[in-house]
Amino acid sequence: MDASPYLPSPRFARWRRWKSGAITGILVACALAVIAPLFLVIYFLLVRGYSSLDWSFFTQLPKPTGEVGGGMANAIVGTLTLLAMATVVGVPFGVFGGIYLAEYGSDRANDWIRFAADVLNGVPSIVWGMVVYLILVVPFKTFSAYAGGVALGLMMVPLVMRTTEEVLVLVPQSYREAALALGIARWKVIMVIVVRTALKGIGTGVIVALARIAGETAPLLFTALGNNFWNHNLKEPISALPLQIFAYSISPYDDWHRQAWAGALVLMALILALNITVRVLSRDRQSTL
Amino acid sequence: MSTLPETARIPAGAAPVRVAAAPATASTADVPVEAEEVAFDIRNFSMWYGQRQALQEITIKISARKVTAIIGPSGCGKSTFLRSLNRMHDLTPGTRLEGTLRHFGNDLYGPGIDATAVRRRVGMVFQKSNPFPTMSIADNVLVGLRLNGMRDRSVLQERLEQSLRMAALWDEVKDLLNRPGTSLSGGQQQRLCIARSLAVQPDTLLMDEPCSALDPIATAKIEDLIQTLREKYTVVIVTHNMQQAARCSDRTAFFYMGRLIEFDNTRKIFTNPSNPQTEAYVSGRFG
Repeated sequence: MDASPYLPSPRFARWRRWKSGAITGILVACALAVIAPLFLVIYFLLVRGYSSLDWSFFTQLPKPTGEVGGGMANAIVGTLTLLAMATVVGVPFGVFGGIYLAEYGSDRANDWIRFAADVLNGVPSIVWGMVVYLILVVPFKTFSAYAGGVALGLMMVPLVMRTTEEVLVLVPQSYREAALALGIARWKVIMVIVVRTALKGIGTGVIVALARIAGETAPLLFTALGNNFWNHNLKEPISALPLQIFAYSISPYDDWHRQAWAGALVLMALILALNITVRVLSRDRQSTL
Repeated sequence: MSTLPETARIPAGAAPVRVAAAPATASTADVPVEAEEVAFDIRNFSMWYGQRQALQEITIKISARKVTAIIGPSGCGKSTFLRSLNRMHDLTPGTRLEGTLRHFGNDLYGPGIDATAVRRRVGMVFQKSNPFPTMSIADNVLVGLRLNGMRDRSVLQERLEQSLRMAALWDEVKDLLNRPGTSLSGGQQQRLCIARSLAVQPDTLLMDEPCSALDPIATAKIEDLIQTLREKYTVVIVTHNMQQAARCSDRTAFFYMGRLIEFDNTRKIFTNPSNPQTEAYVSGRFG
């Protein structure tokens, strides 16, 4: 009996299996290369940082140079303060900019704005620090929490703007038309119907931007500066986790190195938490938008 | 799109139809009847999307408190025409228009006319039901009023019930008013959209193929509703479904390639049209 015409010759079948296996192997290796660094980071942070985490890390101020112990309570609060201030600066400009792009801008204007936003996204973060240093630190003759918040906020603007635009464009045109046909003014249609429909997506974009800037160090070096004590006045320098990690890790003291690892672990956990929030939010976004 | 036959063939057994070249202007017989109030008085109305002319010199008088159906094959300009009745084209870049379009005597495209105010009087229901997904049934109905500044709770409550009753939806949703509008069935959603349009108290309702996404039972409900609406409202309905036009309209306008070919009483259009193109379309020979 003849072999089925659909059956390849054994030699050809072997060659094909080998080829398929080889390509699959290469792809798996590439995928691992993408995930592996994340696990390396988490592994080292846990090994080095977890043992150094103690209650005093979260509750105490840094000890004077040379003394063992103390914590980064002020840096943790400082980072949260700076993120809040960055949100106040970055979200209005970003969201309204995104609304302009999605609802009002002409194609020509939009091309330029998007181009500008993409360039801004690529501006090295230390350059943001230098610019804000010139605008807010030099004239007021002091480093300040305000300057740090503004530097981070400016970095948020292009990120928030582009994601806002993207989610607004996803809102079906039919909602806009339905609202306009009710005799509702256009700006109210946009603010109440369109933005509200896309609100979860915009919120997700804001959190993504926060996660992106939470670990920025360079823009804070020339602006927030850092502070070994509690900040009681936003016009004065403030501490932040990245700054404290930077200062401690280049120091010559073992105890400070230990605390730098702990700080890195806390910062990483904060960013991971923000990213997980995004995942949870965007999971049920599929259904409502 | 199929091209029109030069002369319409007469189907076997059909009443003889005058076969004549299409007249240059639409035959509009003696519609509307002298005594009727005119809702839309439209003269030489043309519209362009960029270079492409979508409507050519439409002249038509649409009577108040009648149901006027607009029929015609895809791309004939019927939706374009409907959307120009409440200035929905304003946001489409590159549109241009000529001629006059008066609504109860007021020029809708006159200088300084507020399109938002126009749309409060000329409401619109769309092909696909589109209740706002973030809002409850009650909020959907009341959003037009609220965003136009109505705060009085008793008025809102009254208008909510009145609009839903008018849209024949009250009995089905009166206990679900806080549920999301999108939780309703397709036909109920479309009636919710009608209630939403009625709540701002327009005098005219435009409907753009309101039943094309609905099953026959839901369609019948909407058609019944159109019959009751006609007592208080001027209704202009675009439909692909000729039976629907025949069932629920008083007047029918046939559009073809951006022109108004014929406008007459619905019975006349469907039984004894004056124009061979109309005859060919309503008898199903093209379109």
